[in-house]
Amino acid sequence: MSTAPIYGLMAEFDTPAALVAAAKRVYAAGYRKIDTFSPFPVEEAWEAIGHRDRRMSFIVLMGGLVGGLGGYGLEYWVHTMAYPINVAGKPLNSWPQFIPVTFEMTILIAALSAVIGMIVLNGLPMPYHPVFNVPRFEHASRDKFFLLIESNDPKFDRQRTLEFLKGLDASEINEVAP
Amino acid sequence: MDPKPATYPAAPLIEPGHTFGSITDKISAVVLSGRQPISWFVVLSIGLLLCGMLGMAITWLLIKGTGIWGINIPVGWGFAIINFVWWIGIGHAGTLISAILLLLKQGWRTSINRFAEAMTIFAVMCAGLFPLIHTGRPWLAAYWLFPYPNTMSIWPQFRSPLIWDVFAVSTYFTVSLLFWYVGLIPDLATLRDKAKHRGLRIAYGMLSLGWRGSARHWQRYEHIYLLLAGLSTPLVLSVHTVVSFDFAIGIVPGWHATIFPPYFVAGAIYAGFAMVLTLAIPLRKIYGLEDFITMRHLENMAKVTLLTGLIVAYGYMSEAFFGFYSANKYEGFMIWNRMTGPYWPYYWTLVFCNILTPQWLWIKRVRTSPLPLFMVAMVVNCGMWLERFVIVITSLHRDFLPSSWGMYYPTMWDWMTFVGTLGLFITLFFLFIRALPMISIFEMRSMAPEARMPGGKGH
Repeated sequence: MSTAPIYGLMAEFDTPAALVAAAKRVYAAGYRKIDTFSPFPVEEAWEAIGHRDRRMSFIVLMGGLVGGLGGYGLEYWVHTMAYPINVAGKPLNSWPQFIPVTFEMTILIAALSAVIGMIVLNGLPMPYHPVFNVPRFEHASRDKFFLLIESNDPKFDRQRTLEFLKGLDASEINEVAP
Repeated sequence: MDPKPATYPAAPLIEPGHTFGSITDKISAVVLSGRQPISWFVVLSIGLLLCGMLGMAITWLLIKGTGIWGINIPVGWGFAIINFVWWIGIGHAGTLISAILLLLKQGWRTSINRFAEAMTIFAVMCAGLFPLIHTGRPWLAAYWLFPYPNTMSIWPQFRSPLIWDVFAVSTYFTVSLLFWYVGLIPDLATLRDKAKHRGLRIAYGMLSLGWRGSARHWQRYEHIYLLLAGLSTPLVLSVHTVVSFDFAIGIVPGWHATIFPPYFVAGAIYAGFAMVLTLAIPLRKIYGLEDFITMRHLENMAKVTLLTGLIVAYGYMSEAFFGFYSANKYEGFMIWNRMTGPYWPYYWTLVFCNILTPQWLWIKRVRTSPLPLFMVAMVVNCGMWLERFVIVITSLHRDFLPSSWGMYYPTMWDWMTFVGTLGLFITLFFLFIRALPMISIFEMRSMAPEARMPGGKGH
């Protein structure tokens, strides 16, 4: 085995059930700098590695509020201050007629913040990542499931972690070049 | 009576024998194999020819102005609004399938949501073309439609339904595009990993943003996908509601009716499902995707078509009923004129297409036979176009004063623009099939039998 520094160790599994079982044991063994990779979302996998990010709800709520208030604010400003026009004797701030635009702006900004928030929090776009150095990793977008333990985990020890992963029914274990 | 309800074995959503790998290979092969069936070339050529015709019609419009169209007083709204409403309605089925059926946990949406969403986006593009060109002077549309600080210090009229429409349609387009793109990201990563050609790997790699299927990413992804579905659901209902306000806020007999918003939304979903069927039935045949788009999908779509068709029929009946019951002679005359006036063939063809024809869908044999189903869907497509024609034209051409009555005849340029947008739609759709997976690969994987977790919740 070479001694060049590595990014981590990656184990490969054939089914989501095997992946989740292994992830639970890795988490129980005290590893925290871990991640799993799957070709479709596996809810149990992110639960197994103790990940749940609830910030997206808040971001989308804020986006919706900004959109709604901004939309109404624009209409209010345009029709009472910037360009007041009396239409059929209606009040300048004729709020029922301002609802459709307010509603659409709420949805628009909420949806934009959902997508941009997801991309930013996920650290995307990221064209290069060490996991792609594992040739088998192209199966992560096809039919295989991967578990990664990063080398900067305090519990990581190249030999012992490798031995530990070997006891997890993985079909293959690879070192990940940085 | 038997106390237990009878259970029927449901047809499968995905034919047995498929694995993660076979699903991936089968769907991505359409894009990556580099081979397309001959029918793809034929249809794309027709689409491109019609696009050329559309370009010609728009060029002439920009040179001469809207005088080349059949519109005049009293019918100042002609083909442009008819086609706009028709196209935007078609889009609604895509959002219904991708968002509302997701929230209702309808697993069968998975094989059809991707191309239905693509259909939405292209239909909204065709729809959006008409408001843009309907003045014949699209470069002025910027300050008519959008609130931005311009040198004339004038602002749009936010009390007008036409401005609501601008906001509704542009929001709808943007959110549909976002929803579609977010759904595509994991599949673009699959194409990146499967593509042989270096240029393709780079192109799909850029588009996939470097997606690697990390569980942390999936968690946020699933979270916002659900939130987007939750946002799209009221949005799609609002879009056709606002479109119906374009009419219902006015005082023209036949337009000024409270039934309009629900009746328009149902009509939109009706037209949209007919269009999804029109696209799905030939596609599954040409590309051999019967394993993924099964009879159960076709039958379910047929049921939605039938249901929304009945709501539309209810809308027609209440329009007629209120015409007589209102004791308003203009409303009464309007509906009488629709049925027996100069445009009577349009009205009765519409009744045939939209009320009588879908009744075939009560029969299970029709719902599960592709060819009859395709024919019913085609008739509904025509019927829904006629509906918009009847609503727009017959209401306007004879309103309050007989001295201001007139007739509307579309010109060659009207027809060229309309048929041209059909070409634009076909072209965009067939290019989409060539470049992107038409079925969501990652969601199909999660439907495969091997994806089941022991004692898990399933997806």
